[in-house]
Amino acid sequence: MNSFVSRFASTGHDVELRKAREAFGDEDESLEMWGSQAGFGPLSKGVPSFSVPAVPDPSAFLRLHTDDHADPSCRIKIKHGTTTLAFRFRGGVIVAVDSRATAGSYIASGTVKKVIEINPYLLGTMAGGAADCQYWETYLGIQCRLHELRNRERISVSAASKYLSNLVYSYKGMGLSMGTMICGWDKTGPAVFYVDSDGTRLKGDVFSVGSGSTFAYGVLDQGYHWDLTDEEAQELGRRSIYAAGHRDAYSGNTINLYHVKEDGWKFIGNYDVSEMHYEGPAGVGYGYEIRTAGKSSANPPPEPESQTAQT
Amino acid sequence: MSIMEYNGGSVIAMVGKNCVAIASDLRLGVQSLGIASNFQKIFPVTDRIFVGLPGLATDVTTLHEQFRYRVNMYTIKEEREIEPETFAALVSSTLYERRFGPYFIEPVIAGMQRTPSGSYKPFIAATDLIGCLNFAKDFVVAGTASDKLFGVAEGLWEEDLGPEDLFETISQTMLNAVDRDTNSGWGVVVHLLTKDKVITRTLKGRMD
Repeated sequence: MNSFVSRFASTGHDVELRKAREAFGDEDESLEMWGSQAGFGPLSKGVPSFSVPAVPDPSAFLRLHTDDHADPSCRIKIKHGTTTLAFRFRGGVIVAVDSRATAGSYIASGTVKKVIEINPYLLGTMAGGAADCQYWETYLGIQCRLHELRNRERISVSAASKYLSNLVYSYKGMGLSMGTMICGWDKTGPAVFYVDSDGTRLKGDVFSVGSGSTFAYGVLDQGYHWDLTDEEAQELGRRSIYAAGHRDAYSGNTINLYHVKEDGWKFIGNYDVSEMHYEGPAGVGYGYEIRTAGKSSANPPPEPESQTAQT
Repeated sequence: MSIMEYNGGSVIAMVGKNCVAIASDLRLGVQSLGIASNFQKIFPVTDRIFVGLPGLATDVTTLHEQFRYRVNMYTIKEEREIEPETFAALVSSTLYERRFGPYFIEPVIAGMQRTPSGSYKPFIAATDLIGCLNFAKDFVVAGTASDKLFGVAEGLWEEDLGPEDLFETISQTMLNAVDRDTNSGWGVVVHLLTKDKVITRTLKGRMD
């Protein structure tokens, strides 16, 4: 009787175990079943097989409980809000990101690593679902290494980004959320590709992604040209993320700056947005000295003699 | 998004020994976009009363003018300055007048109340947007960072803090709370009231 119940019950420990066995096609308890292999167990058979909620429409179920655009009061809030940018120029690729993670109006973290180091020549940026970006870009790293071993040649940025784009497209409508830039240096030189979870994949020179991207584009477009020196380019990346961190409520805390050259990427530094505002990278603040101190509407500079006072 | 969080901003008031302090952030935003870092939310009512008006920016201005008018009328009719407790009642009834179409503001009141013996005792109060008064003995908070302010204040506040210690406590509470809130920040202003003087200090806060 007990065995009969457990065989046909839809809940309970035995059922979980049975489902897991069915999923992995393995009677023995393998390591994969316990989500080992650094979390990439579901992928070890070549075809990803994630366990899905036992409801008629799994993606609608997930959306109901996580999508804060449809329902702001839903319990599970996926972390959103970001500014990331990457641009190509004579000296390589500059990648700059902020480090804020927000859940609603709460700043959940100010020390997030939004640049994912896929391998020594490839960088990915993180916007949208933090877990989605982290997981799939790490997975992309695995596939890039396998490509290297199979073909005795490094994967091109184009191929790597297309691998990711095709992969996320196969999950379209399931609630993946990522807006990423795959950046690197290959045989063709410096390269930047924009890939998002809708399946969009774009090749380009200048990209910015996230809630603060409009602010970053403003500074970036103003200062960008192909013949930037390395120092100028790094400063432009830093200044653009600062602008977004300052104006956008969902971006800020610190800036992470990377530079990709022919011999791979290099981490340039971590800069506090508030420190940039008051002191800047070289003693001159980006915002305070220029704007706030003594020249704001609350504390205007002295009026010239010729002007007559109004009412 | 709630209209209460449309412009952002937070206020806190704390009681000390023979003193009170009231502090606010300086941000004015439109949802995620920061507009100004010099937006006043705390206003002097008399020499010994301050009122903080966090909430919808348009109502900050409207209510400030409304309170100024009513306090002036009170002063003329009564031929004396209004006391904090009376002002709190004035705030409460002004808000309840709009019970079915409220101002989107949660006022915080801080002042030094005159006692019958002629000395002064600290007074703080806060109301919700339709005027429910909350007289607290320790501290009151309001605004988009109110939950964070509660957390930090609950940890830092002690009884019978002197003026300088109270200033430090309220400053650290405000600065650290708004650093965890997206819709507050961009600088902080603190007013410290004792029986014979008011000290106003603008603090350098994070600008992101």
